[in-house]
Amino acid sequence: MIEKKEVQHIANLARLRLSEEEEEAMTQHLGQMITYINKLKELDTTGVPPTVHAVEMPNVWREDTPCSGLSSSEVFQNSPAMQDNFFTVPKVVK
Amino acid sequence: MTEFEIIMGLEVHVQLLTSTKMFCSCSTTFGSPPNSQVCSICLGLPGTLPVVNKKAVELALKVAHALNCQVAEVTKFDRKNYFYPDLPKGYQISQFDQPILHSGHIMIPTPKEDKKIRITRAHMEEDAGKMIHQEGTPYSFIDLNRVGTPLLEIVSAPDIESPDEAYSYLKELKAILEYLEISDCNMQEGSLRCDVNLSIRPKGQKTMGTRTEIKNLNSFNFVRLAASYEAERQKQVVLRGGKIEQGTYLWDENEQKTKLMRSKEDAHDYRYFPEPDLGSFLISKDLQEKIHSQLPELPRIRSKRMQEEYKISEKDCAFLIEQKVVADYFEACLKKFSEPQELLNWMKGQVRTYLNEHDLAMVDFPIPPKNFIELLELLQKKTINRNAAKEIFEQMAKTGKRAKEFSQQKQKITDENELRQICQEVIKAVPQIAEDCRTNPKAMNALVGQLMKRSKGRADVDIARRIFGELIGE
Repeated sequence: MIEKKEVQHIANLARLRLSEEEEEAMTQHLGQMITYINKLKELDTTGVPPTVHAVEMPNVWREDTPCSGLSSSEVFQNSPAMQDNFFTVPKVVK
Repeated sequence: MTEFEIIMGLEVHVQLLTSTKMFCSCSTTFGSPPNSQVCSICLGLPGTLPVVNKKAVELALKVAHALNCQVAEVTKFDRKNYFYPDLPKGYQISQFDQPILHSGHIMIPTPKEDKKIRITRAHMEEDAGKMIHQEGTPYSFIDLNRVGTPLLEIVSAPDIESPDEAYSYLKELKAILEYLEISDCNMQEGSLRCDVNLSIRPKGQKTMGTRTEIKNLNSFNFVRLAASYEAERQKQVVLRGGKIEQGTYLWDENEQKTKLMRSKEDAHDYRYFPEPDLGSFLISKDLQEKIHSQLPELPRIRSKRMQEEYKISEKDCAFLIEQKVVADYFEACLKKFSEPQELLNWMKGQVRTYLNEHDLAMVDFPIPPKNFIELLELLQKKTINRNAAKEIFEQMAKTGKRAKEFSQQKQKITDENELRQICQEVIKAVPQIAEDCRTNPKAMNALVGQLMKRSKGRADVDIARRIFGELIGE
């Protein structure tokens, strides 16, 4: 089970704005999911190492060789606001 | 009066000296035009996947030995989730429960004796972008060139007991990182940044007090100032019967005080979880040994060796090894020059003054060791005197030319007859001083001063003094 307050907190962390109806629905859906996970938790996993990744692929890395990135027009293609090659956002400090 | 003790732990973020970023091949060059070193991975565009930079892992492993750390056999990355405009993905790839290094320590000098500061862990992560807040505009400006630059975060145990110890710890750590060539540690460019966790407790109390964090200090001096201020602030709160509230503070340089950035209620909930886009890393003994075998001599060991080899004091050694380039220069000169003390005096004197006056770092010092020892040899062989050597030093630094190009005109006058003539001229010019010499031996210095002026600093002082003595005595 999950409290509505927790749902509001999670929505806030994810920067989601939920209507009251959505909050209700989410509380119910998340509650069901948690019940399901709790069911899985009943399994005794003592001695089973935690799975970090579904596929075992250790040591995938690349050499330290530079490549050029995107052009300026590509960089700002999806940006709603920019100025003098900077992204601009509403001021985040006072 | 209750006595308090301070407990501090430091988190040091150091940018690793790689050519490319932690998870993509964009360049990490500092100072490029805004957003010119950015790709779809930096921007966190959907469908992109990070790939780890092997060099960054190797650099982190290089630290292991110097910080006496254990290397994790298996290490992995985790997501640290938060929204802020300097981080387009909405999460930072970091390491949570399996950091690459753990359980180390370094020794730091204190007034009494060397002290051990434990290193809890060191983990790899990516840097965020840079934000510029300009007055008079409703916007913040974002440059994402720094996004994804590899960082190593080195976390100390709460073993640091004073702002001075924090300063020593940082100095020691910086020297190690520079020696290992892991980072350029350029604090102006933000290659090394520090967060301080600090609490106080009445002396004798076993449990720790509530701690506060001071974030993003970019100078060792600020660390010392901010820690002193914060300790005093906490003390005042406790003495007035108040309670320390957990919180994150920033150091306000202008007002010289710590300022609350966010309280406990606003504390981040990072919701770490294993990074699904990256697999784990198994650090083999082979790789560790390969890196171990390439390690350079570390500062403390170098200091001991240099003290013995060149018979110089610990304090002078500390001056030399504080920056690797200075010690390297010193030792490069001594390959062909046999007077360490003389060289040391020059390094502490003329060279340091020159660098300060011209606001230069040692790497930019214009006289190469080979040319520098030519100058010292001229002095050693008494071809020129000390004053002339200092002048030639300035000219060499200015022009990049070699000592012998200037020494001709600066050659010492050692010829008795020539000197006698100048001495006579001096006595004629200032007879009163010469007269004084008969009763006051110190007046001789004034005569010598006149002589140097006339000879443009070239006269051999020892011979001249004898001649003066003879002339006046006559």
